[in-house]
Amino acid sequence: MTDAFIYDHARTPRGRGRPDGSLHEITSIDLAAQVLRALADRNDLDTSLVDDVVMGCAQPVGEQGGNIARAAVLTADYAQTVAGQQVHRFCASALEAVNAAAAQIMTGAADAAIGGGVESMSRTVMGADSGAWSADPLVAYKNYFAPQGIGADVIATLDGFSRADVDAYAVESQRRAALAWKEGRFNDAVVPVRDLIGNVILDRDEHLRPDTTMEGLAKLKPSFVALGQAGFDDVAIQKYPQIESVRHVHHGGNSSGIVDGAAGVLLGNKLFGERSGLKPRARIKAFTSIGSEPTIMLTAPVAVTNKLLKRSGMSLRDIDLFEINEAFAAVVMRYMRALNLDPAIVNPNGGAIALGHPLGATGAIILGTVLDELERRDLNTALVTLCAGNGLGTATIIERV
Amino acid sequence: MTTLTFCVDADGIALITLDAADKPMNVVSPQFIDEFIAAIERVAGDSAIKGAIVTSGKASFMAGADLKHIVTIAGGAITLQEAYAFSQRPSVAMHRRMETCGKPFVAAINGVALGGGFELALACHYRVLCDDPKAVVGLPEVTVGLLPGSGGTQRLARMIGVDKALPLLLEGRSVPPAEALQLGLVDRVVAADQLLQAARDWLLKSPNPVRAWDVKGYRSSGGLLNPAIVKVMSERPALIASQTRHNLPAPIAILDCLFQGTLLPFDKALQLESKHFAKLLCDPVARNLIRTGFINKGEAGKQARPRDVPKSQVRRLAVLGAGMMGSGIAYVAAVAGIDVVLLDSTIEQAQKGKEYSIKLLDKLVARNRYTREQADEILARIVPTIDYADLKGCELAIEAVFEDVAIKAEVTRRAETVLAATAIFASNTSTLPIGTLAESSARPRQFIGLHFFSPVDRMPLVEVIVGARTNQETLAKSLDFLAQIRMTPIVVNDSRGFYTSRVFQTFIHEGMRLLEEGVEPALIENAARSAGLPVGPLALLDEVTIELPWKIVKQAEEALGAAFVRPCAYEVMRRMLQEIKRPGRRYGGGFYDYPQGGGKHLWPGLATAFPPSARQPPLSEVRDRLLYVQSLETVRCMDEHVVTRVADADVSAVLGWGFPAWTGGPLSLIDTVGLPEFVAVCDRLAAAYGSRFIPPASLRARAAQGNAFYPATTDVSRNAAA
Repeated sequence: MTDAFIYDHARTPRGRGRPDGSLHEITSIDLAAQVLRALADRNDLDTSLVDDVVMGCAQPVGEQGGNIARAAVLTADYAQTVAGQQVHRFCASALEAVNAAAAQIMTGAADAAIGGGVESMSRTVMGADSGAWSADPLVAYKNYFAPQGIGADVIATLDGFSRADVDAYAVESQRRAALAWKEGRFNDAVVPVRDLIGNVILDRDEHLRPDTTMEGLAKLKPSFVALGQAGFDDVAIQKYPQIESVRHVHHGGNSSGIVDGAAGVLLGNKLFGERSGLKPRARIKAFTSIGSEPTIMLTAPVAVTNKLLKRSGMSLRDIDLFEINEAFAAVVMRYMRALNLDPAIVNPNGGAIALGHPLGATGAIILGTVLDELERRDLNTALVTLCAGNGLGTATIIERV
Repeated sequence: MTTLTFCVDADGIALITLDAADKPMNVVSPQFIDEFIAAIERVAGDSAIKGAIVTSGKASFMAGADLKHIVTIAGGAITLQEAYAFSQRPSVAMHRRMETCGKPFVAAINGVALGGGFELALACHYRVLCDDPKAVVGLPEVTVGLLPGSGGTQRLARMIGVDKALPLLLEGRSVPPAEALQLGLVDRVVAADQLLQAARDWLLKSPNPVRAWDVKGYRSSGGLLNPAIVKVMSERPALIASQTRHNLPAPIAILDCLFQGTLLPFDKALQLESKHFAKLLCDPVARNLIRTGFINKGEAGKQARPRDVPKSQVRRLAVLGAGMMGSGIAYVAAVAGIDVVLLDSTIEQAQKGKEYSIKLLDKLVARNRYTREQADEILARIVPTIDYADLKGCELAIEAVFEDVAIKAEVTRRAETVLAATAIFASNTSTLPIGTLAESSARPRQFIGLHFFSPVDRMPLVEVIVGARTNQETLAKSLDFLAQIRMTPIVVNDSRGFYTSRVFQTFIHEGMRLLEEGVEPALIENAARSAGLPVGPLALLDEVTIELPWKIVKQAEEALGAAFVRPCAYEVMRRMLQEIKRPGRRYGGGFYDYPQGGGKHLWPGLATAFPPSARQPPLSEVRDRLLYVQSLETVRCMDEHVVTRVADADVSAVLGWGFPAWTGGPLSLIDTVGLPEFVAVCDRLAAAYGSRFIPPASLRARAAQGNAFYPATTDVSRNAAA
């Protein structure tokens, strides 16, 4: 099997996912194209060496439909021969895209490929692509569908996490993210986004609230009470009858932020590195995906981590840093408890609670983040994982070279 | 033609009058379908006929399908294909043909139009409804586990929109004329005497007999590409799951009919609707709902009433004891036009009993169900008193005093000195044997048990307990009284616990036993609700207080002596009352805590008092235990001739304590599960959890012989004896 190396990665800053967000005027395709352009420019890349661009996008409708990856390839003035593919694994789409790009290289189907993702949440509507899984009545009924916020609160109820517990996790994420920005740990990865006339309209993640406190968070009302009362609490309890009632603890301050963003990871084999004069930074060691229980929908990371370690013949001790997407505080807290992890090595530079989660792009963003942190600390191996809709989960192990 | 008449007037307007010979109401029978199709073809084929009015020669328009016929073909008696054809015929050959034949049809709805009757009206090109508030329209098929299978879901959704159609179809409620007009269910509301003229006027305008959905360019809903549809369809299934616990198949089928149907061209949509209908018709739940909830409920008591006793009436009722039960009984009697003497030991207590009716009626007046005058008229009938002399002239006395033999005996004696020699004396006792109480009566042959359920104004069941010495006249007069106050009777023979209390106790005992075995209390409560029981056993115990079942057990212990066998929950009750000292909600807490601000939650101390096991049983097993223990006890009641009719046992379980309606009752549940499977599960449960699950010999014999409780015959009113 040929090695797939990570040569570079880049991401846009994450803009607030609302009409007043800085990236709201930038189309999804432009976000994606600016990342592709940045990867090409800063590496002096002959783009005809790239075989494929695989981009995650979790709401591939409207301006994000029609295989945005291929459209971005052309918009970014890549060589016409570069293919282009959009993949959908909900919130894990971009990590899946990286894995898919790596797989092409490892199997010899490609010499180089970019894996990444894009999502402009300010320009689409959450759930724009709906889908039978949540909105075909027979399907939703049969599978005991509940929205992910309910799932997060069910995890908190099952695992005994109080409101204070989840808020404390959020405060820490904000603290770490603020520190990381202050120390410039994201500077290499972030490419400023420019508008139509070349002005920089955003060069930093803007969702952060570094002055977040427990008292401030305590004022927020839990977000999913009404949904729960509309029947979804009962649906969850029908699946988990050991629960007397669902404890609603999640809100906007301890859940992933809604943002706009794009990212890309430049992958290639050794031959590609030689041809383009680039040095590999890490290797994609292994990856896999798994399905888990679809009512809570957010519980796959533990299972997919165990599956991946077993397949790779590795153990938790072999992993220096973990990057698990902060979909909701309880998701990460369950993960750390189940695998008995030291919180210091999990999401060391904060996560989506502070920085935001552009659904189809996050997987590539956090992979880049953890690679930079491995290099900064001179550590070797990291595991990246995300929970995803309908009970999915994906994980990837990278090791520096 | 036996179901309708057909005539044409000088203007070429046909008048089709639905009037089924020998039936009180028009129903959609096979005969009717044939004749109406012929009528449609006559209108369609005769160039002299401009259009047709469809009206009824009876007080009501049309009641829908004949449930007594439906129940014989439901639940597996016919195949899916046959059920599909059964639905398609009236839907396509009748309604759709009428709609597309090229001549306009107008429904002149002169009375109640429900189910298939309203579907017929919906398939007409225009609907005029008379303004009588009793002339309600609606599609109640969901309440019998079905859906409107002749185009009702598809026409309603296209006429008034999915959002408005959905609640009407899922609740199945009847809509009075003013609201029907406002919702768009009918086109005009006029006085009854102008109904036909209004229909003619519309026809004489030569209207275009093409429905909106048959006009070229009619657009489908767009399905999930339509955000409004996405919103409804992503939220409503959860509400349905919450309300039905996945035990009732009709509501989600209706939702899918609206979702998929409005995406499709109309004829395909009608096929989809019929396919969903077919699945529901072949589901035992529909059969169970219809058989127990409608047919047998209506029959209840009729078979038991002794034939040769002339019909009687109570004009003056004595209610002894103005507590919760007594005040409820006084209320329903007064509403039915009966004068009530409400007696208690102090005038304050008696007056408080009347307060109950005052409060209830105030609420109903506020909701416009009664006028103030009507309410006052009812209240005037209730006379609170402490004087036994006021009982003079009462044909019936019901005592609802404290559950104590001595106190009841005293009340009985005092009342009987005043009551006429022909008067009947009834006890509302829920647990004390009638034979014991009758010992204090001077006229034991006129002594009977009338066990009401709380709250009396909402629980239509009354358990009629026939003592060994109770005579037939007493039974007949009691049943006549219950008919007066519109209650559903179940006649049982005297024994400890009678039927309802005895079987109900097994449910709450099983809940406590599960707790003692280490099953998580939340799992116990959720399993009960998942089965379709309205409240979990632990919550119920808190409501009635644990003292109630404890007292019943203690009474039995005293009475039976050496023969007494400790029930499975004995230790839990003893510990909760005597050691842990948490008797129930009224005393500040039981299995639940009741915080000041409201609501309740399981008492955290349960985990220490009854430590949960590391391994929890699956939900299905807890569910089975809670339901099957009741079914087994019901079989024993039948074996011991406490209850003699299968239908009675099932009707009273559903009405009396909310045994899940989808099962059709504890005995119907056994048929639904299948006799051999039920016996096999019980044997497994017995081996694991105790002898109370051992199937009685009679049940094993039934399983071996394939002798179901409800044999598949066409005679639906046959009640299998034990």
